[in-house]
Amino acid sequence: MAVPALRGAPVRTPARRPRLSFVRQVLTVASKDLRSELRTKEALNSSLAFALVILLLFSFAFEPTEAQTREISGGLLWLVFAFAGALILNRSFARELANDCLDALIAAPMSGAALFLGKALANFALLLAVELVCLPVFGVFYNVHWTGRLPSLLVVIVLGTWGVTVVGTIFSALTVNLRLRELMLPMLVYPILIPCLLAAVQLTSPLVMGQPLTPELMIWLRLLVVFDVIFTALAVALVETVMVR
Amino acid sequence: MKAIEAAGVWKYYGDFPALRDISVSVEPGACLALLGRNGAGKTTLLKIVAGLSRAARGRVAIHGAEPRAQAARREIGVLGHAISLYDELSALENLRLFGRIYGLEDPERAASEWLERTGLERVRDGLVREFSRGMRQRLAVARAFLHDPSVLLLDEPFTALDDRAIALLQALLRQAVEQGRTVVISTHQLREALELATHVALLVRGRLAYAGERTAEMLEDTGWLYRHYGEPQSAPPPGARG
Repeated sequence: MAVPALRGAPVRTPARRPRLSFVRQVLTVASKDLRSELRTKEALNSSLAFALVILLLFSFAFEPTEAQTREISGGLLWLVFAFAGALILNRSFARELANDCLDALIAAPMSGAALFLGKALANFALLLAVELVCLPVFGVFYNVHWTGRLPSLLVVIVLGTWGVTVVGTIFSALTVNLRLRELMLPMLVYPILIPCLLAAVQLTSPLVMGQPLTPELMIWLRLLVVFDVIFTALAVALVETVMVR
Repeated sequence: MKAIEAAGVWKYYGDFPALRDISVSVEPGACLALLGRNGAGKTTLLKIVAGLSRAARGRVAIHGAEPRAQAARREIGVLGHAISLYDELSALENLRLFGRIYGLEDPERAASEWLERTGLERVRDGLVREFSRGMRQRLAVARAFLHDPSVLLLDEPFTALDDRAIALLQALLRQAVEQGRTVVISTHQLREALELATHVALLVRGRLAYAGERTAEMLEDTGWLYRHYGEPQSAPPPGARG
């Protein structure tokens, strides 16, 4: 049934408006998320406290002077990062539930990819901040000289953290309306993160012991890069479908 | 070109059809009151038109474009049940954020103007979580109108508003209609909606029971539409007054 226009009403034609560039959209969302988080510190405080407690408890379980401990320290470190990351990632889209803010963002003329990348960028910055606080604590508790290969270690941490973030952020969008999202997110994300975490652990263990990355280890670095590229592309392609149902 | 066009729209929640073959179109400059009882499908239809949800079947267009197209989304202003504002940001930061997202040339100025129009200039730097309910609602109205949309989709806009906010919203909507914007209001507040509306659509259990011009008869007796086109032997909703 057609609803005719009110007779005589001055019909308003849609105005052309300048578009916000994709990069500015991404940065707008990222800065909004960071500003919100820095005001409440909900995810940051819980994630940091959790990471430090785990590091402390693990240090009681292992004898820090033993060489074996140092060999598995990379694994311990990434276990802590992955658990701490889940707390940050869970809040990413859950933050939008209050007052139905997600609806306003979805209705806005912004691509799903920009929204996703903005959120991923904010999560990446938050998780990286937690990790950078954890590293010195880790060095003290486990008696490892993590500063010996710092540039290489930072590259591995950045690549591994982006992998965790990108997968976690897309699943955060997928699980945001679930009642058990705090449980569902880690259950869905960790199996997918296995290649990323495996590569990060393989690369981190020698680096925190002050050893260089040998040519044999470079395959893990390539795996980490490929994982990041594939899952970033997949997430960007799927985010619109995930958000609008 | 129609401002809003929905053709053969179906939407299911599980097996339950929330919308059944809805076809309705709204010309530019019309103000449509979308009426119906709770669960009739008003919010679902508005969400599909706003691009917040996808129809299972059928087609929806805003000025000829698919609702998820960026060109269409730039023209839509949505005011839903919730305020869609961030509690941990200030009033100014919220409006500036949405100004930026909508690509306004000067988001700061637009935000300041709307804070003034909604009487929130004095608390522009106050966090939204510290606002009263009425202030939050006025800020939500400012957010919906901020980017000068040509199509306004309002879901229960008068619910929980204080007198001041109702007066503000009514004035803004009257002005919007006078300026030739297209307005769709879903509401139970029949008197307020019918006074503004040029047209009326009634949804009954997901079906379109009536769509047409708002007549003087409807305004005189707000229960008239429900009695003639609503469910059989049903009383008008509590908001209906003769």
